[in-house]
Amino acid sequence: MKDRPSVHDFDWVLMALVAAICTIGVLEIYSSTHASAMAGMQWKQLIWIGIGIAGMFIISRIDYHTLLDQAPVLYIVGIAGLLVVLVLGYSRLGAKRWISIGGENLQVSELMKLIIIIVLARYFTEVRTDRLTFRDLAKVAALTLVPVALILKQPDLGTAMVLVPVAVVGAFLAGIEWKHLAIGAVVVALLVPVAWNMRRHLKPYQQQRIQTFLHPEEDQRGAGYQILQSEIAVGSGGFWGKGFGKGSQNQLGFVPVRYSDFILAALAEEQGFIGVCVVLLLYLGLILRLVDNAQKAKDKAGMYVVMGVTAILGFHVLVNASMVIGDMPVTGIPLPLMSYGGSATAFVFLALGLVMNVRMRRFVN
Amino acid sequence: MAPWGISDQKIPQGRLALFSYLSVVLVATLLVGFWKLQVVQSDHFADLAEKNRIRYIPIIAPRGAMLDREGRVLADSYPSFSILLLRDDPKQVEKNLPRIEEGLGISGDDLRQQLEEAKSEPKFQPVVIKPAASDADIAFVESHRADLPMLELMMVQRRRYPHGEMLANTIGYVGEVSPQDLENSPDKYRPGDIVGKAGLEKEYNDQLEGTDGMRRAVVNSVGKMVRTLDDVDAIPGKPIQLTIDYDLQSVAEADFANKEGALIAMDARTGAVLAMVSRPTYDPNDFAVRIPAKEWAELNTDPQTPLLNRAIQAQLAPGSVFKVVMATAMLESKAIPASYTVYCPGSAVFYGRVFHCDHAHGMVDLHKGIVASCDVYFYNVGKLLGIDRISHYATALGLGRRTGIDLPGEEPGLVPSEDWVERVYHHKWYPGSTISVSIGQGAVMATPVQLARMIAAVASGGTLIRPHLLKNANEPAPEVFPLSDDTVRQITDALWGVVNEPDGTTSETVKLQNIDFSGKTGTAQTESFELQNKLGKHLKENGWFIGLAPRRNPEIVVAALVQGAGWGSSVAPIVRDVVKAYYDKKEGHFQMPTPQTAGNASPSASPAVKPVKSSSLVASVGAQHQ
Repeated sequence: MKDRPSVHDFDWVLMALVAAICTIGVLEIYSSTHASAMAGMQWKQLIWIGIGIAGMFIISRIDYHTLLDQAPVLYIVGIAGLLVVLVLGYSRLGAKRWISIGGENLQVSELMKLIIIIVLARYFTEVRTDRLTFRDLAKVAALTLVPVALILKQPDLGTAMVLVPVAVVGAFLAGIEWKHLAIGAVVVALLVPVAWNMRRHLKPYQQQRIQTFLHPEEDQRGAGYQILQSEIAVGSGGFWGKGFGKGSQNQLGFVPVRYSDFILAALAEEQGFIGVCVVLLLYLGLILRLVDNAQKAKDKAGMYVVMGVTAILGFHVLVNASMVIGDMPVTGIPLPLMSYGGSATAFVFLALGLVMNVRMRRFVN
Repeated sequence: MAPWGISDQKIPQGRLALFSYLSVVLVATLLVGFWKLQVVQSDHFADLAEKNRIRYIPIIAPRGAMLDREGRVLADSYPSFSILLLRDDPKQVEKNLPRIEEGLGISGDDLRQQLEEAKSEPKFQPVVIKPAASDADIAFVESHRADLPMLELMMVQRRRYPHGEMLANTIGYVGEVSPQDLENSPDKYRPGDIVGKAGLEKEYNDQLEGTDGMRRAVVNSVGKMVRTLDDVDAIPGKPIQLTIDYDLQSVAEADFANKEGALIAMDARTGAVLAMVSRPTYDPNDFAVRIPAKEWAELNTDPQTPLLNRAIQAQLAPGSVFKVVMATAMLESKAIPASYTVYCPGSAVFYGRVFHCDHAHGMVDLHKGIVASCDVYFYNVGKLLGIDRISHYATALGLGRRTGIDLPGEEPGLVPSEDWVERVYHHKWYPGSTISVSIGQGAVMATPVQLARMIAAVASGGTLIRPHLLKNANEPAPEVFPLSDDTVRQITDALWGVVNEPDGTTSETVKLQNIDFSGKTGTAQTESFELQNKLGKHLKENGWFIGLAPRRNPEIVVAALVQGAGWGSSVAPIVRDVVKAYYDKKEGHFQMPTPQTAGNASPSASPAVKPVKSSSLVASVGAQHQ
């Protein structure tokens, strides 16, 4: 038993997995962009990783209990931030997602992911029971759906969806009754056709994405084109891959945003099925290691925090990889730690900072 | 420590373990998905990736040149550049439109309209915004590669007709392959391919067009070429040599300046066409780039039908030229004695109607009937022969059916007969109609080429040559309708008289020294003969002259038609000039007509076409821009 948390208690196994994934990511960003106008992108990504690591250390120093204390404040700040984005944020690629703080563009919805982890961890801890009532579930749903709705308004279907697994995994661990889980599953199953009929109320870009997901061949140059090109990249990579910097789909720009959302397609083309196995197994290792941290958490609050992070990262990997092979529509969900992107990368490190935070305090009284 | 943070609750290890198992299952599922694409369907996707990466760019084969009988260029091809606008980035395009308009000198409205029209086409298909780029345009594109990347140059082979309007209706023109042709031979043509559309360009398209080559190139996702893999060279089209004599053609064209009509000059022994004129005409260079829709509509709806090749397509009353057929029928059928004479008082009455003659000829025999072109004489001959005999000989001499010249769209003309009138008009032949036909009026219609061939046949004992334009072509044996020497002698002597005797219709104005030049005039009403008679005056008349030399077994035969010329005698000088040029060349003292009147001056020639001097014998290929 120690009195103070120490950096020696950092999860170095986890960090090794993160380092491996980041390295592969940076290399693939280099391979995808070195011969284009975007050459040098890997350095920017490295800088973001550096900033993320610094943030991770900082956030690991603040006791997560203190953070959980501030949950209501954080929640209000987060909601307010999202409202500000809707009113004042500027558009990029047709969506209002960014606000400018001190010259840097910040994606508030990324911050909201961290906040929802903390808020729901606090809520589930406060329920103090092994059995969630229907009332509890309704509250969880309300807490989650307010930011979801605001992010959907931006519109950013991907990030909005990402918040849901935090609630679902949390509820599962908080002891949702199998009966309720079954009801939930049935409700979702019933909602799908309703949602399908409601699709006319969706934004045109969302309709388009659903349409092209279902019929990718009909829209060769739009979103369906993206899926098709991604599938071609993955498939043509074969078992062994075409070699580093040698993927024609990647190098000639057929793979859409090959350095970011579709980086796994670029990697699959150049490194083949073998490369994909390595990457996905690294992610599986990362997730299992995170669950391990949750299992060893000192208290339930810590576990919820860790599993919130796990839920989001796992969801990202699942949805992104499925999209790359055409099993899910294009939603703009990046592959954590590999896809190029400042806010997204910083978020992952901050989230990992929370995990470290919990881990460092498992022996502390 | 926060009051709610007490670790009084057990961590749900079971459910966490369940989460782990679920994670393993999901990752395994993902790997199965990747396995399906990367191992099971790997070949399929590798194929698609190759198709993505490699673009086949056609290398356009230059079209074969057309040369005259001495190898002078009448049509050739030259490499030229088209400027393309890539539309991958519409915002950039929109932003830079004013600069592009200014730099290339294109009207903004036209450009915008073109882009609007191209909107429905795939974005990666570029728009041709300037089909024939000038050197300045090319320099503009090259120097703005960096800041105007949406502009691209494409090399094409463009058709060039160095003499503009000269021989235009015979040469024809080229244009983009029609949707029908595309449907009929999809393996042969791609949209946008250039094919012969009319005239010789169409007739000999298979020889003239080469086989396009193919470049395999690696392209990126916006279709920009990254590097070339390999080339299959284009096979250029074969040149064709024509029977046309540029010198005779020039003489004929010069004489047709500001006239409407047609001329065909042939070697009377072989049918080789030496010159062919049709007026009004057009400049085929206008079609070689891209003819604006408005101009095309004008050409097509022009009442003067400039697209018609009158030498083979104008079906008109032959007028007195038909008297040669009448004389042949009279002598060969022996239905009327060769010594038959008629007194011509200036008109005659048949079937209760007055038929006029030019003037009172007095006593007329066959020789005088042809030389002075007495209508009354042939009215009587026609009445005695009857329409069926006339029809038989006219048809035998090649009228009323195509000559088989190697040009598309030849018209057959018309020889009326009792059968014909019953078939078409469902009534009996009016004997009065025979009287009109006897002097080449009424229903009878012939084309210039038919009349040239008919007279050449009569003068050479009945050999019907097949007119043709391709030199060294395998000609089928000519059709022979044997005529007696006596018939040939009598008629050709009369034809000689037309030109050389004092009472000939040309009044000795077109005599040629040392040349046995003969011929027959014709003046034909364009309105119906009945209407002319009713009004009692001549309206617009077509003048004909068919000349030949020497009078028997002629070397050259020339048919000329001038529409609205009045008398056939006014057409004779044109024919004389061509015949004289033929003999001048033969004897080695030919001189080109002065350039002021030369027919090759074409003010409407496209500025992109640099005129090539007639002395340049070889098809020239311009320097390629690199």
